[in-house]
Order: sequence, then structure tokens, then C-alpha cells
Amino acid sequence: MDVRDTPDEAAFRAELRAWIDANLPAEQRGGRGGATRFEESGRWWSRKLYEAGYAGLTWPKEYGGAGAPYSYQAIFLEETARAEAPPHVGVIGLGMAGPTIIVHGTEQQKQRYLQKILSAEEIWCQGFSEPDAGSDLAAARTRAELRGDRFVVNGQKVWSSFAHIADRCILVTNSDPGGERYRNLTYLIVDMHAPGVEVRPLRQITGEAEFNEIFFSDVEVPVEDVLGEVGQGWQVAMTTLLHERGTLGFALSAALDVNVRKLLALARERGTTELQRDAIAREWIELQALRYTNYRALTALVKTGIPGPEGSVSKLHWSEQNQRLTKLARDLLGEDGLADDGYWHYQQLRSRGNTIEAGTSEILRNIIAERVLGLPRSR
Amino acid sequence: MDFALGDEQQTLKDEARRWLESRYPAEEWNDADWAELAELGWLGVSTPEEQGGAGLTFLEEAVLHEELGRALYPGPFLATVALALPALPPDEAEQAAAGARRFSAQVGTLVPDLDKVDAVVTAGGLVAAEGEQLASIDPTRTLGRLSAPSDTVSQGRALPRLRAALACEAVGVAQRALELGIEHASSRRQFGKPIGSYQAISHPLADTFHDVELARSIAYWAAWTVAEDDEQAPVAAAAAKAFATEAAVAACERAIQVHGGTGFTWEHVLHRYYKRAQWQRQFAGTPAELRAEVAAAIL
Repeated sequence: MDVRDTPDEAAFRAELRAWIDANLPAEQRGGRGGATRFEESGRWWSRKLYEAGYAGLTWPKEYGGAGAPYSYQAIFLEETARAEAPPHVGVIGLGMAGPTIIVHGTEQQKQRYLQKILSAEEIWCQGFSEPDAGSDLAAARTRAELRGDRFVVNGQKVWSSFAHIADRCILVTNSDPGGERYRNLTYLIVDMHAPGVEVRPLRQITGEAEFNEIFFSDVEVPVEDVLGEVGQGWQVAMTTLLHERGTLGFALSAALDVNVRKLLALARERGTTELQRDAIAREWIELQALRYTNYRALTALVKTGIPGPEGSVSKLHWSEQNQRLTKLARDLLGEDGLADDGYWHYQQLRSRGNTIEAGTSEILRNIIAERVLGLPRSR
Repeated sequence: MDFALGDEQQTLKDEARRWLESRYPAEEWNDADWAELAELGWLGVSTPEEQGGAGLTFLEEAVLHEELGRALYPGPFLATVALALPALPPDEAEQAAAGARRFSAQVGTLVPDLDKVDAVVTAGGLVAAEGEQLASIDPTRTLGRLSAPSDTVSQGRALPRLRAALACEAVGVAQRALELGIEHASSRRQFGKPIGSYQAISHPLADTFHDVELARSIAYWAAWTVAEDDEQAPVAAAAAKAFATEAAVAACERAIQVHGGTGFTWEHVLHRYYKRAQWQRQFAGTPAELRAEVAAAIL
């Protein structure tokens, strides 16, 4: 056990830190998150990351990645968070679509899609949730009907981040409505510019529209854009979700690290009561607990290559801590907190989505109870 | 970066679990097993080889504390190995590692396991283990006050070490409370189904798993900083003890609730884990006191 960087990791960290200092101007740092990250600056920064070889650090070299160990990705996330850099605009492609294509895709699909995810030439979105299929993904009703060499897709998806700027969608469809549950789904790669795709933004409680509804009306998808096998969509979707939660941990603790540092700065600037000091210390302590939980998960990931269900613990913890922390910041602001300060007001409202997006806390507790603890299924 | 137990640490942990499971938890401490602990090399695990120890690091000692906590070990291991040993002169350390004499030290005004040790380390040197016995909240971990009070020795580097040890022990307690909760929720049936299939039962157990995972992570981090004599050791150990002991108390409380009436009986083992968790929480700095230390360091 050694929490320090190896000499190789230390060299990578130093080189990355110098590169960020040289390439990321002050005015591009410290955004409050939210819709601003979809602006041109996001694409500009993503392009720079790609050109410098920092996009897809852990992806295979033959598809444009760096073939580096997972620890390098962790260092990348820590250092970009420290610099308060904007995120790569292609987070769905990088974190979900790409890893799923690497596992289940044909060679042709890998050649066609992976490189453009890294270069941010193509932005991806995720079409999983539906009005009547949220946590219960297997109940998806978006219909994919095979006609000759193509599927014809009809239906509606919801809560789809980035869909309004996306070029491609990873779409879970029902290809056999009378078929057996878990065996009637087909996972498609859909061109968001195809005729019959309509995107309607949904405004959130923050006032911004980060996510969308997507309507599909007789959208044609060639059979070569099936990811995995017809009828195996559930298994492919599980790969996506495993990666979403499994490698997300470091991004989450890096984001939390930024907020804890801002909280400490706020406390130093404004002074604190004894009760507030206790609450602030708790946030710092739990950040360390999350950080080292991720280090342990990372070490396991390096050994096995597959993220474990323990990733659910990081997501569960981060979401609840971020909600508590952002409310504590409001508390520290006192009377000044009545005016929108441009950061914490947005962060606190946005945090309410944290326990819902990417698996609600209730579903994550089910996963832990059933798959990790081995308790009997609840349904 | 490599944040996992090494193969040898894992082997030691597995061996400790097997040995302890065959004997504990038990109502009483069998002091005859102290010689066995010496033979197993546990007493001198982190004592230098020239003093008869195994010459390993505090990380190896830490995994033993975790397993001893899980087994609710009632002997003076924490007192002798985590608390007194680092402050003992070489001759005495050799005797401690060999199991020939047992030691404790004074923290605040209290001496853990005063009735089970031969001598007590104080700022003024070793004194006889004589004094008033208190009614400890954990009957398996007694407390006393010396007849001739002295200054505490657990300052400087000794305090982070003790707190990291307690954090690891608390992880073991929380782990066992979780296991007991899972066993009961899987076998106990009501309304025709195992109660663990109800989310009102399974979700609190999932929360305990969350707490145990985070507690183990921060406790190992604290143990690593102590082993490396890292400058972050004081704040890491304070943070780890605050988090892990609260996790252990909550784990026991949830397990008692999951067990229903049975969990509230004297006969069931859970109350003994609960009392140990409370002892760990209360000794050498309560969570609120520790968070005040952390706040002073970070603000």
C-alpha cells in the first residue's frame, strides 16, 4: 500500500499540471457548471485536450486512446479539478458510449465512432429513460421494428442530457414487445440528425435546460448500428451503467474537492460559529473518506479491469454529501445568501438532481443490498 | 498509487480472522491465549526485530486491530500494543513483544484494561498497575484510574497512532454488525418473505455497507500516514476516528433495529458490539472534539 504517485505517475502529473498552466487561461477557469459548459468554450477545451493526448487516456491506442493505466485518468481528473478546468464536452461519449462500444462493438463501429468521441467532433447523448420507464429500464417501450436491413424506431425518451447538441444517441429500444422481459431489448446507435428525430429541451429548477425529451417518429436505423446482438440490449445497457457508475467516482470526488475548497475559502472569509466549524470539518473528513474509497476501487479496477458494484457507494455518497455541503454554503452566506451569488445558488439547486440522475439513491441502495450484500430481491 | 492491502497483509488478516473466529466473541477473556498471541507474532508485529518483534509496519498492526474489533477481543491488545508499546523502553518493549508482561498507559485520567496489565506507562516512567477500577460502559474493555495520578504520555506521535488503531478496530465492529444484520435479514421471515426483501430493512443495511466502506478507506489512510510518519498523521487519525467510530455506533444501532426484539436482549451478542462501539467513540477524543481539531487544522 502506498497512496503516493509512482515515479511514472508523478512525472505524468507534473507534465499535465504544466500543460494546464500553459493552456488554460484564467477566464476559462472556475465556471459554476451548468449550461455554460455546453458553450463553445467546452468544445474548444475538449479539442485542446484531444490534441494534447489527454482525451481517452485509458482507451486502446488503436482507437485514438493513450492506452494508459486507470490511475492516469484519476490523476487527470484530480488535476483538471484543481485547476477548475471546464469538463470535456463529450462526457456521455467518453464515459458511457465509448466504453460500451469498446466492449460490445464491431470493428467497423469502433473505427467509425471512437476517435470522433475523443476529438469532440461528435457529441453523444443517452436514450434510456422514458416517461413510463425510469428506474425500471427493462420496461422501455420505444419500439424498434425490423424491416429488411433497417430498424424503424418510434417512441419517446426523457431526461437526456446533451441531446440538444448531440450527433449520436445510445438508444435502448424494445424490439419484441411480446417477448420475455430482459430479452426483448435491442441497443441501437442512432444518428440524431436523421429524419424523424425531434429534441425538446426541458427546463430544470435551476432555470437552465441541460436535459431534453427526444421524440422518434419512423426513424430509420441501419442494422449495422445495432450494438451487441438483437435482443441483448439489457446486457449491453448494464455495461454502460457499470461504466457510468464505476469510473465516475474520481470525477465525482474531484468535483466535490472543488466545492470543499470553495467552502473553506468562504468560511475563512466570513468567519464561522462553532456549529458551522463542526459541519465544515465533517465535509472535509467525508471528502477524504470518499477519496480513499475511490483509490481502493481504482486499485481493484487496475487488478480486474472491470468496475465493481462498489462504484454505487461513491455515487450514493457524493450525491448526498454535495446536497448537504451546498446547503451549508448557503448557511455561511447568511443574509447575503438571499441574493443570487452566481455560484452557490446554482450549485445548491443543481445538487437536488444528484440523488436522481445516473441511478436514484433508492436504486443504488437496491443494487448494494442485492448485488453486494446478497439480500433477497425486493421485487 | 496502490491503495490495497498487500498480499502479506491480506494473509495476516485472513489468519487473524480464522484464529479469532474459533475463540471469540466470548463473555470472558482467556488470558492463557496471550502467550499464543506472542507466538503468532501479533504482540510484536510492529516492534523492531532487535527488540524481538516482527519488524513490520503499523499497517500490519492496523489489520490486526480491525480483526480484533470484529471478534470483540476482550484482552489488553489495544492497551499493550497500540497504546503502551511505542512509549516503552527497549527492554520492556521486548518483554511486551514476548508476551511476558502486559502494559497500558494513561490517556486523560483513564487507563484502559488497568486490571489486565502488569504496569502502566506514565510521563514519569513505569508505575505499577494499581488503582481504582471503574464501571466501564464496555465490560469487555475495562477502565481504571491510577492511585498515583501522573501526566498522560499519549501526546505527540502516540495519540495519532492510538486513534488510528481505534478507527481500525471500529471498522471491525461495524463490519461484524453488518454481517449479523445481513444474516438475520436473510433468514428471518415475516408476511411470508425474508424481511431482507423489504426495502425498509435492506436500505439501512445498504447504508451500513456505505459507512463501512468509507470508514475502512479513511482508517487505512490514517494507518498509512502513521506507518509513514507522514505530517498529515494527526489530522488523518483524528478524522478517521471521528468517522469510523460514528459509523460503528450507527452500524450497531441499525443491526439492533433489524433484529427486532431479539436485538434488544442481553442474550444476543449485538449489545456487546454496541457497547464496544460506544467505548471507541468516547475514548481519546469524541467525534465533536476531533472535528474541532480537524477544523483548526483546515480553516
